[in-house]
Amino acid sequence: MRHGRYPFIVGFLIAPVTIYVTFVIAPYIQAFYLALTNWRGVSANPKFIGLDNFERLLTDDTFWKAVRHHGVLLLVLPLVAIAIALVFAFLLNVGGGSKGGAMRGVWGSRFYRIVFFFPQVLAVVIIAVIFRRVYAPDETGLVNGLLGVVGIDPIPIMADKNIALFAIIAVLVWQAVGFYVVLFSAGMASVPKDIYEAAVLDGAGRSSMFFKVTLPLLWDTLQVAWVYLGIAAFDAFAIVNVLSIEQGGPDGATTVLGMEIYRNAFSYSQFGYASAMGVALFFLTITFAALTLRVSRRETIEL
Amino acid sequence: MSVTPDGTSDLTRRTLLRRAAAAGLLATPAAGLLSACVGGGEDEPTDQAEGEKSATNPLGVDGKAPLEIYIFNGGLGTKYATDVHVPSYKKSFPEAEVKFNQAEEMATVLQPRFTSNEPPDMVNNAGSKLMDQGALVQAGQVQDLTELFDAPSLDIPGKTVKDTLVPGTIEQGSFNGKPYVLNYAFTVFGLWYSDKLFQTNGWAPPKTWSEFTALLDKAKAAGKTGYAYAGANAAYYQYLVILTTAAKIGGPDVLKNIDNLEDGAWTAEPVKQAAQMWGEIGAKYMNKAHLGLQHTEVQLQQNQDKVVFYPSGSWLENEQAKDTPAGFNYAVVPVPSATSSDKLPQTAIYAAAGEMYFVAAKGKNPRGGMEYLRHMLSKEGAKGFTQLTKVLTVVQGATEGLTISPGLTSSEAMLKAAGSDYFAYRWDTWYKKMDDECRAATNELMFNGGDANKFVTRMQKVADDVKKDPSIEKFKR
Repeated sequence: MRHGRYPFIVGFLIAPVTIYVTFVIAPYIQAFYLALTNWRGVSANPKFIGLDNFERLLTDDTFWKAVRHHGVLLLVLPLVAIAIALVFAFLLNVGGGSKGGAMRGVWGSRFYRIVFFFPQVLAVVIIAVIFRRVYAPDETGLVNGLLGVVGIDPIPIMADKNIALFAIIAVLVWQAVGFYVVLFSAGMASVPKDIYEAAVLDGAGRSSMFFKVTLPLLWDTLQVAWVYLGIAAFDAFAIVNVLSIEQGGPDGATTVLGMEIYRNAFSYSQFGYASAMGVALFFLTITFAALTLRVSRRETIEL
Repeated sequence: MSVTPDGTSDLTRRTLLRRAAAAGLLATPAAGLLSACVGGGEDEPTDQAEGEKSATNPLGVDGKAPLEIYIFNGGLGTKYATDVHVPSYKKSFPEAEVKFNQAEEMATVLQPRFTSNEPPDMVNNAGSKLMDQGALVQAGQVQDLTELFDAPSLDIPGKTVKDTLVPGTIEQGSFNGKPYVLNYAFTVFGLWYSDKLFQTNGWAPPKTWSEFTALLDKAKAAGKTGYAYAGANAAYYQYLVILTTAAKIGGPDVLKNIDNLEDGAWTAEPVKQAAQMWGEIGAKYMNKAHLGLQHTEVQLQQNQDKVVFYPSGSWLENEQAKDTPAGFNYAVVPVPSATSSDKLPQTAIYAAAGEMYFVAAKGKNPRGGMEYLRHMLSKEGAKGFTQLTKVLTVVQGATEGLTISPGLTSSEAMLKAAGSDYFAYRWDTWYKKMDDECRAATNELMFNGGDANKFVTRMQKVADDVKKDPSIEKFKR
């Protein structure tokens, strides 16, 4: 039977690999090449200029501003989103205590599960448009309307340099939580019941059950969530593009690399320079993913 | 004449390359996105259609060659093309097939066609996703229009196309002295208000700065926001007004120096003074919430009589047509005189030919493209355009005797009063980066307690940066 094996495997792989190479690998290579040119997007033959674009990046204030914003996103987004998602998932699955030997969620957990997942169903742009109304700077906005009820003057949320970025992070968290609740729920479901039973018998309360049983057994899932959210923190383009004022404003206070790439490519026609930013972003993301996986490596608990 | 495609072998090679490069669509996040055909296809000229020149066909159009045009579908709509200009062209060349196309995102649709050297013949490059015109010119994609402007007018006897245009039109579309682009719509800028609101309150449109602030005080007392613009996406309406004031104080050369990236053009006294005066208006009479609003939202507030003055171009009336209550009666005044020693009179205005139309140099029928522009520039073509869009064109006197709408009448009167005292700048389209910076700086000045000094030094810095950047092509006027 052996002789038929390779043609069999090759037959399966040829289509996906071709598609992957054509639509993923080749464009990456092309972007790397474009980053070394001064292509402006309209001529057929870009000029090769070596590493000039990368030299320019080093002194570009807006670029570094965007990188700093990714730093903030990277710190805040995964931490907040994972924390909230964990709490919710715990409440939905184990928070109701045990009954008849099985762990149960809090009352109405089936309903909450659906509600939490809602934002995930909406397209990102729709979310941004919705939040443009939520954050509207006068009393017609949801937030400012509520503030008005308690007698606080409207705050121009997206127009305030100190608030805008955090308002955007809040949207990203709101959108992400639902997915991670589901992810963690699945993780918790795979924890064998008898471990929980044993913990209950030993007199563990809800909090020690969470920190001493659930969390360690979820470690793999957490690690995955962290990498996903980290990569999401390097994106945020769609929300920033639609929600922020002046696309990344006010005054660059919410800009991200995706936004700057887009601006340089399509509004300044500096495709070469934009590609250089893209390459920088590529390496940032790869470095982050590799680092996270390495640093958070732990011995998996065999169940 | 011949519109044959390149040889078959060549075609396959190019199709192949393009397909490979279509992969660029997914390039690291965005950059390769519209690349289509990088490095594919040399800059070889395609065979271009040409016919016999004659008195009725001064540009030598091949009457049988198909013509492909692309019109931006935005505030002006596309009806003016389909109902006026295309029929006009077909009347002269009944055998020609005119392929009409429209798009809302010109760059998304057309950039790949330019990179693969298969552009449509005539393009209306407009909208927020327009292609970088300077980059197109730099890449040799745009047809030199000298021949068109020297040709006789279609229906104004004894005049060349050039003679029929409002002065400054050709310069507005020139890049380093050569005319490449036709800016067709003639837009006047000023402060817009509701004539009805003024009538009911017995207010008179202000001419001097003290009259202006006095009126803003009255508006404030009446519980209205005296002055507004939308910070979220229309800060350029406001910097246009600031620079208009600067030009009034120091003369139009102030703007010329800015365009030419002269040293210290922004830190010059008139610019500083204008920024100072407008900054005070911002601090005293504006609503901070408008920083977070879009232009349509603020314009709607004006239609609801919550806002008194709104700076804009003459497209405003058409743009707001659906939301304007009956009897609102749009009217416009020039930006008030700043001081008693202004170099330009109170009637001086910012007015410019805008809305770019160009012919692709590497298209299949550039002569047909130019001829199409000649039809647009005929008296009938211009009149039809104004009737359908309520926007003036660069063709002189094309709307004589027409009464179309209160706003148009008001802007025509303003233009007439200005005489030859109108001016414009180009830096915002030449150097997009400065445009972005100026929007941010303007919002800071008007809403966030920035001061004039900060505004001018910030702008001077970005102007100096652009000047030093070798990758950006510089233009002069």
